[in-house]
Amino acid sequence: MANKDIDITVRTGTVHALCGENGAGKSTLMKILYGMQQPDEGTITVNGETVTFHNPADAIARGIGMVHQHFMLADNLTVLENVVLGAEKLYGIGAKARTKIKEISDAYGLNVRPDVLLEELGVADRQRVEILKVLYRGAKTLILDEPTAVLVPQEVDALFDNLRELKAEGLTVIFISHKLGEVLSVADEITVIRRGTTVGTVEPAGTTPKQLAELMVGSELPTPETQESTVTDVPLLKIDGLHLSQTDLDGVERVILDAISFTIHKGEVLGIAGVEGNGQSELVEAIMGIRDPDAGVITLDGTDISHAPTRNRREAGVGYIPEDRHRHGLLLEAPLWENRILGHVTEKPNSRGQLLDIKAARTDTERIIQAYDVRTPGIDVTAASLSGGNQQKLIVGREMSHAPKLLIAAHPTRGVDVGAQAAIWDHIREARREGLAVLLISADLDELIGLSDTLRVMYRGRLVADADPATITPEELGSAMTGAAAGHLEHTEDSAEDHEDDAR
Amino acid sequence: MNKLTQRIDKERLLLGIAAPLLAIVAALVVTALVILATGKNPGSAFSDMVTYGSASDSQVYILNKATTYYLAGVSVAIGFRMNLFNIGVDGQYRIAAFFAAVLGGALTTPGWISIPLIILCAMATGALWAAIAGVLKVTRGVSEVISTIMLNSIATAIIAYLLQPGKLAELQSGGTVISTKPLPSSSYFFQINTGAAGELWGFIVIAVVVGVAYWFVLGRTRFGFDLRTVGQSESAAMASGVSVKKMIATSMVISGAVAGLIGMPTLLNDSHQFSNDFPTGIGFTGIAIALLGRNNPVGIALGALLWGFLERTTNHLEFEGYDKEILGVIQGVIVLCVVIAYELVGRYGLRRQQQRVGAELAAQAATTQKQEVA
Repeated sequence: MANKDIDITVRTGTVHALCGENGAGKSTLMKILYGMQQPDEGTITVNGETVTFHNPADAIARGIGMVHQHFMLADNLTVLENVVLGAEKLYGIGAKARTKIKEISDAYGLNVRPDVLLEELGVADRQRVEILKVLYRGAKTLILDEPTAVLVPQEVDALFDNLRELKAEGLTVIFISHKLGEVLSVADEITVIRRGTTVGTVEPAGTTPKQLAELMVGSELPTPETQESTVTDVPLLKIDGLHLSQTDLDGVERVILDAISFTIHKGEVLGIAGVEGNGQSELVEAIMGIRDPDAGVITLDGTDISHAPTRNRREAGVGYIPEDRHRHGLLLEAPLWENRILGHVTEKPNSRGQLLDIKAARTDTERIIQAYDVRTPGIDVTAASLSGGNQQKLIVGREMSHAPKLLIAAHPTRGVDVGAQAAIWDHIREARREGLAVLLISADLDELIGLSDTLRVMYRGRLVADADPATITPEELGSAMTGAAAGHLEHTEDSAEDHEDDAR
Repeated sequence: MNKLTQRIDKERLLLGIAAPLLAIVAALVVTALVILATGKNPGSAFSDMVTYGSASDSQVYILNKATTYYLAGVSVAIGFRMNLFNIGVDGQYRIAAFFAAVLGGALTTPGWISIPLIILCAMATGALWAAIAGVLKVTRGVSEVISTIMLNSIATAIIAYLLQPGKLAELQSGGTVISTKPLPSSSYFFQINTGAAGELWGFIVIAVVVGVAYWFVLGRTRFGFDLRTVGQSESAAMASGVSVKKMIATSMVISGAVAGLIGMPTLLNDSHQFSNDFPTGIGFTGIAIALLGRNNPVGIALGALLWGFLERTTNHLEFEGYDKEILGVIQGVIVLCVVIAYELVGRYGLRRQQQRVGAELAAQAATTQKQEVA
């Protein structure tokens, strides 16, 4: 069950934040509000009128618009074309539409230029186009799904200014996030969702981040805390001076990774914190051999693998839980047992010599399904028919089945329900006791702090700060992630708010 | 036994049969309507096709044709499994057959040496010609669709240039046909005499071997798994450790090598020389047949046989007063119907599967809840 007993009241002309952990059910709730999913029971009331949304068009007709986390824009069209696409009936596609766009843009301070090609815009500008698109369709209530995940701090501030502008004009904003600081700074009211249920609505004025975090996490939830340290002094992965740059379409060289150096020992979990898009994905890809670094040395268990092919690295014992499981971790149209072979085709039990060992692979798939509690009617169904959490469990099971020396886990519990989350944490801990080294990348700060033995903060392609997970709080880590703090982060015993002020 | 029935899963079997059945019925209906529209009786046309097509001499003809078509289908299917659209099969087989014929005409060695040499030469030429497109794609990002279309034209031009008296060809005694030097009779491939029905080309054996190899390599080897992985998701393949570029180049070369075989049944079993009336366009037929057979080795065989059957029987329909263009109509309709039917049935199957997974989960959740209560 993704949602049950949800009670939420949003007043007109306010910014209302919805807060909750990954997988708490925020996205499901939004999908219901936007007509993408139908509730089994319960009602939605807009302006005193009970409504049912069968599809997004119904929601738009009621003045509810959604700005998705992943933008739905066409790169090869201009801003104007993107805005009118699908809404040509409203104001046509010519001068009238342009006037309307100008009007909206000026009214809310969005600064949108209608004739620029979308591909020339940065992330923040694209987001403003998305907002404009929704307003153009007559929305009075805007739902923003994790709008700050892709933004750098200054852009976040600009977005918040826009939101305040919208509010001042009498529009309503529903703002989904799990970042406490942001929520407290922009929202008028905050509703917290935990395990699919609303656990309370608070006003930011009388609330500290700590109280909010407690509401979000709850006391009965499993915490990813590791018990005793298993860190040895045997280095397993050593990264030294890794550098990666990329030339974009305009011929401008962009540095993606710069001077990255760290060591992970056997039995150690190194966590990397950072706002998404600060080079974490590229770092993982460089270690996996998907991207070739320009400079620097990657040493795995004493062997230089800086430029080794991906397959050799995998055979040498690198397990990989990718960030985007659909693109990098699964063959969606292939049956589960073929997905079990993926990435380990050269290893037992999947093959003998050059030949596949289908029987052994199938048997082992059954075992993984048992051991990792993958809910499926059988191993012949396609990976696409499993839910996200079960897909993730299959991937974790597969990667752990080859006794990896190093596990690269990018958001290992993203989109996974609470029970499965705890199980995945347990598997990681257990393997760590046996000497597994883990590189953990996660947006879930509690997960990072709870699992890691060492913490690093990544900002704009550099490791800018380090922290001790035993003492650091999510708030302190969060402020370092925005580039506000550097060096070694010391926990101060004052309240988190004071600390943020210090850091600035 | 129990395990076997479990694996085969009734519903999947049913869905598997549903798609081709749906396609054939739809194609029959549309064809019947087209014949009706021309003012003729579709019933008698169909019955004439069946009687004529099942005659023993027709059977041999169909098998011979299907041998060529099968090889073309497999060659295209290798690309399809990789998500590569090798339109260049046409040029690859023609240029391969041409050089193989030139070599065959020049050889004076005994058959057991010449025949393998001719076949190898054809495969190598086809592979090289396809490799150009593969290398261009890997190094410069040129779409294989564009490059292979252009290579088809270049192949035509090269053959036209070399197939002249004084170059690599000669004027035959009749004075009307220009061809390469005919193969000595020792280089003829064996044939199976079926009496009055005609000669069955022995190359059908090679086609069967190619089919078995295709099934085995793709389904049972590491290499085949890697190849299919790239075809299904390039990003997942890269993350799983497959060198995607190498795979693209390799599969293009293999596709080209098989394409090289397409002209061999005709050359070694029938014409024994490459002349200006050597069959053309079979590469494109191969695309249709690979689509029809869903890249499945048995499916391609059925598609190739169907194509042979249609060609044989619609030729005969012409003598019965029907329009000969009906062949093209039927072929087009069948391919369309098959593609649409598979897509529909595939989507339905996926939805069913997701529902079943969902139902199973709900059932599991219900039992665990009961346990908690108890």
